[in-house]
Amino acid sequence: MAGPKYPGFDTLALHAGQSPDAATGARAVPIYATTSYVFRDSEHAASLFNMERAGHVYSRISNPTVAVLEERMAALEGGVGAIATASGQAALHLAVATLMDAGSHIVASNSLYGGSHNLLGYTLKRFGIDTTFVAPGTPENFAKAIRPQTRLLFGETLGNPGLEVLDIPAVAKVAHEAGLPLLVDATFTTPYLMQPFAHGADLLYHSATKFLGGHGVAIGGVLVDSGRFDWEQSGKFPQLTAPYAGFHNMDFEEESGTRAFLLRARREGLRDFGACMAPMTAFHILQGIETLHLRMPRHVASTRKIVNFLSSQSAVAQVLYPELPEHPDHALAKRLLPKGCGAVFSFDLRGGREAGKRFIESLRVFSHLANVGDAKSLVIHPASTTHYRMTDADLAKAGIGPGTVRLSIGLEDADDLIEDLARGLRAAQK
Amino acid sequence: MNFTVDGRQVFAYTAAHALDSAKPTVVFAHGAGLDHSLFGLQSRYFGYHGRNVLALDFPAHGRSAGPPLASIAEMADWIVRLLDAAEIDKASVVGHSMGSLVALECAARHPERMEKIALLGTAYPMTVTAVFLNAAQENRQDAYDMLNIWGHAAQVALAGNPNPGMWMYGDTLARLARLAPGVLYNDLKACHEYAGGEAAAAKVKCPVLFVLGRRDQMTPAKAGLAFAKTVAGAQVVQLAPSGHSLMVESPDAVLDALATFLA
Repeated sequence: MAGPKYPGFDTLALHAGQSPDAATGARAVPIYATTSYVFRDSEHAASLFNMERAGHVYSRISNPTVAVLEERMAALEGGVGAIATASGQAALHLAVATLMDAGSHIVASNSLYGGSHNLLGYTLKRFGIDTTFVAPGTPENFAKAIRPQTRLLFGETLGNPGLEVLDIPAVAKVAHEAGLPLLVDATFTTPYLMQPFAHGADLLYHSATKFLGGHGVAIGGVLVDSGRFDWEQSGKFPQLTAPYAGFHNMDFEEESGTRAFLLRARREGLRDFGACMAPMTAFHILQGIETLHLRMPRHVASTRKIVNFLSSQSAVAQVLYPELPEHPDHALAKRLLPKGCGAVFSFDLRGGREAGKRFIESLRVFSHLANVGDAKSLVIHPASTTHYRMTDADLAKAGIGPGTVRLSIGLEDADDLIEDLARGLRAAQK
Repeated sequence: MNFTVDGRQVFAYTAAHALDSAKPTVVFAHGAGLDHSLFGLQSRYFGYHGRNVLALDFPAHGRSAGPPLASIAEMADWIVRLLDAAEIDKASVVGHSMGSLVALECAARHPERMEKIALLGTAYPMTVTAVFLNAAQENRQDAYDMLNIWGHAAQVALAGNPNPGMWMYGDTLARLARLAPGVLYNDLKACHEYAGGEAAAAKVKCPVLFVLGRRDQMTPAKAGLAFAKTVAGAQVVQLAPSGHSLMVESPDAVLDALATFLA
């Protein structure tokens, strides 16, 4: 007798978290554009507020449309649940704010999205949360930077913009030996290319704005919990393991075990910080996720063609893509990312800043803007945009030079994209 | 709240309330491999509505120290020792799956300590297939997958969760990942080998409620109904949309059934 089987990724991407609407039979996810929900009576109201019954009270805390997205992402990532947020940055902030107080410390990869670097390196410092940035290529760097106050290790599955592959199993081991969770930003890989929980990560988040939506029409984030980190055993997180006066003296771990982190993040983080996702946004992101398994292979296939093209061009000094044998993390990428290393990568033009400017301004198909993961191909110059607040020294540490150009490969005809890039390279060398 | 039973520290959730011997008490007994938090919403409700709550973690489950108890009879006697440790004279017991057999056995063996029992997701005999038992004995992942998939209605794989934002399959797997090797096998074996159901059903004198899921793949409602007929005066509530994990699949309906029964 064969054992039972879980639905496959493609099926979950289309169905997880949603039944046809009980009231109308609607097959598509209805957009519940409502702020609040009518209580049946006073007793029902009280029981919802006190978590004695399941349901919705106010859409800042939960909403039926948003809940479909949350559950679908938890299913695709293999987590216990998720919380959708106003942006990817809001998801990162929610994770930090749920786990930390003033005086806490984070050890983070130094190869991060510029916005994350700003939050950790500057903004959170004002609130007493300090971060040590380390080169992610050597997991021991994380271990050496851990202090008694450290509460989180953090990195990106693929670093920005050098595509350093985070050795999640090794960094997770470092984290767990210190009684700490590992949080990863999985935006560049999506659950289609990698499921970080299977490699040992404890928490993850996405900028849903990118490949999950894929259409460039909605800003959003989603924070997912594996439910595997034992907060009680760690002993470092009274936020989850001691009575909280701000919510009926609830001990979140005692109350819900595997759901403790998400319970506090929702009941405190969404309640008090309020960076929730709107139901219309959740609907947009869900439309994207329904084709994630079709889009990602095409993104990767076109990227491979373009990487091969650029690698053969004399105007290009270097292409940074982990599938290339010369990339420092090539072997790690083969192990952790066998389905591909995504569709965002950087290359260095010969000729520096001026060549970069001529290149970008001569492109016709690629759009020059500050985003990645769109169905349309995108281009940007990190040193003057996404990473402009970083010092030259920090830029160099993150592998960014004055001629570095970042591409996000979309779903257009790959030959048209190559023709466009060839035009740009000719212009750059004039 | 931690208690000491048989010299070991064990845990029972009390909904953040001190126990008061003047109040009626409801014990919640979980199923194989699981813990007190499966009864999260329901146990919290009773704790905030005038009852003492003891949502227990059997030894080697959740927050309770091991080793696990090897038989349904041992678990039933252990519940009474937990009541002693909590200085509670009488209680109602709500049991799910393995816990339902424990509740029944408890009512048969210790009638003077039992007020009412509610049996959720139950059947007798509670046989476990050899494939499932063998996988559990070898601590294989597919044992956890069988418990997870058969432990919910088939539609749960794709449908929404009443608890917003949570993925039922993921939550169950995360709980099972915290279980020590051998504990799931211990529990399944205890269910499979339990042979006292008919005798216990004949001896029970307190009121009994059966709550059955019409889409239960683990203990089908048909088997639960047949079992209920062996208990004199038993009440039965069937929940149409629910599988075996009634407390999370149909939390409000389970709470309504329990609140009416335990009123």
